[in-house]
Amino acid sequence: MLLALEFPPLSRLVEWKSFFLSGTPLAVNKVVLVMWLAAVLTFLFFWVAGRRGSLVPTGLQNMAESVVDFIHNGVILQSMGPEGLFWAPFLTTVFCFIFLGNIFEVIPFIQMPANARMAIPFFLAVVVWVSYNTVGIRKHGPWGYLKSIMFPPGVPVAVRPLFALIAFVSDIFVRPFALAVRLFANMLAGHLLLATFAILTGALFRATIVGAAVPGALLVALTGFEVLVSVLQAFIFTMLTAVFIGLAQQTEH
Amino acid sequence: MLHVLAAQNPGELQAGLKTVGAGIVYGGAAIGPGIGIGLVVGNAITAMARQPEAAGMVRTTMFLGIAFTEALALFGFVLTFLLK
Repeated sequence: MLLALEFPPLSRLVEWKSFFLSGTPLAVNKVVLVMWLAAVLTFLFFWVAGRRGSLVPTGLQNMAESVVDFIHNGVILQSMGPEGLFWAPFLTTVFCFIFLGNIFEVIPFIQMPANARMAIPFFLAVVVWVSYNTVGIRKHGPWGYLKSIMFPPGVPVAVRPLFALIAFVSDIFVRPFALAVRLFANMLAGHLLLATFAILTGALFRATIVGAAVPGALLVALTGFEVLVSVLQAFIFTMLTAVFIGLAQQTEH
Repeated sequence: MLHVLAAQNPGELQAGLKTVGAGIVYGGAAIGPGIGIGLVVGNAITAMARQPEAAGMVRTTMFLGIAFTEALALFGFVLTFLLK
């Protein structure tokens, strides 16, 4: 049979055996290694780039400065205004960590995005949730913050109770969940897409060598697309973090 | 026919129906966001064509709009795996 594809179950594609401290909550597997690698690379990137601090940037320093510049002008000034520049280090780190965690999806022999397991996006979303709520409470006080979420000016009196309920649930519960699921599901979908096309290409290559041309070409194209998705998801996560913090600290008009 | 199948192999019928349900969940969840992303991108292109100097700002906002819209499809995608 030509297309007797044996697609592996989902667990074979995203679950990896732990090889260190197995059976404990601190077990280490491939995803954990990728996460550590992303964190260490983020640190090393900025540490090496910032060590010399020459006035005319070259090489790595140039790259790091363009990342910081992008976070400044492309994210913070667009969403929070100049008073949001306090958050630039946090947002830069988050952007680089997510991007490096994502890009391991297409790096040969690793090919597993760290963010395709729920734990890492969820933890990042919890950090963001704590950040924007803390900012809002410090700015407006606990009751003032709740009031600014639930009773913004300009809502007609008739729909106020309904609006307050929806706004509360949406801002406090749905936001972090949607933030985490957006990153997680995008990376999982990309990983599954690449795995599907790789399996298809392999099976067709074994059966009819010529038949693998079309899925093989698509696999290459999709790999390029996944690089784009990695950057885009890191950008969207950072941008939404900035927007949420900006919304929490804005004063009412 | 389902009764016959159920009498022969109840586990397989259940697994099959779960798979069908998961497919319906994802298909249904993709309809709305599909239309929504179309609206977002279409209007963003109109805006960029009318005012090319604002293209950078429009593009950023467009990606934000896409991210908010596609979240619903992604919930369906995750639910597909939870149902399996």
